[in-house]
Amino acid sequence: MEPEAGLRDGVRAALPIALGPLLFGVSFGLLARGAGIGSVTAIAFSATTFAGAAQFAAVSVLGAGGSVAAAVLLNARYAPMSVAAAGAFRGGLLRRLVDAQLLVDESWALARRDGRFRREILLGAGVLLYVLWIGGTVVGTVVGNSLGSPSDYGLDAAFAALFLGLARPTLVGRRAVTAAVVAAAVVVVLLPFTPPGVPIVAASAACLFGLVR
Amino acid sequence: MKPWLVVTVVGVVTGCCKAAGPVLLGGRTLGGTASRVVALIAPVMLAALVVTQTVGGDRALVLDARRRGGGRTAAAPSVKVSA
Repeated sequence: MEPEAGLRDGVRAALPIALGPLLFGVSFGLLARGAGIGSVTAIAFSATTFAGAAQFAAVSVLGAGGSVAAAVLLNARYAPMSVAAAGAFRGGLLRRLVDAQLLVDESWALARRDGRFRREILLGAGVLLYVLWIGGTVVGTVVGNSLGSPSDYGLDAAFAALFLGLARPTLVGRRAVTAAVVAAAVVVVLLPFTPPGVPIVAASAACLFGLVR
Repeated sequence: MKPWLVVTVVGVVTGCCKAAGPVLLGGRTLGGTASRVVALIAPVMLAALVVTQTVGGDRALVLDARRRGGGRTAAAPSVKVSA
């Protein structure tokens, strides 16, 4: 398969979910403005980080004056995710380093086919989502005042639906379901007592169910 | 914290996390027990994110009627279950 055609496959794979990242990009731009972040800074944030949940967490931190640890913790999940997809990356060190930046929840999930990660799907989907994320951020920051708050449109409440849609195909087999249920329980228990980000990182311990044959 | 400092810190950490696998493992794949653990990362992380987004508040469990309805229900009062 030609590389170009492969990347097009990745773009096509991501098209059905393209509206989500675009709207969340707009939402991020709006929230960034509300938190007092300048347009250039917000757009640069999306261009250099490209990680929705952590960027929202960072914006909330800036708005509330808290610690940036939550955003860092939220993105800690990318380390094991990139380990899982490591076999899909090729080329020299710099190439792998750059390509890896296109790894986000959606491209990672889309690229997983038959238990393996397809490089062209991950990169093609990643490129489309990257463009939409930055484009949405630009729209949100530039025309934010005329659009109003994300909560006016229910965008702030749509995250759960997005993640639920991504989670459902991964819940295959008793081990995965058990681990997911335990992870959810850990989050519920820790949420009232720990800073944002900690429950998610603690929940990652449920992956250790994989040690059981 | 200054916005640019937050952008830099989160950006660098994110870049390192995303590159961890491809840089450290190269084109190699995990096998056996490690692969079974890694296979659970997606369901575990996504389940945690679903719960966080559904009932997560500022160190509290907050049940938001809009989130129960997947964002379809219009604005409704939030019920604080625990502080």
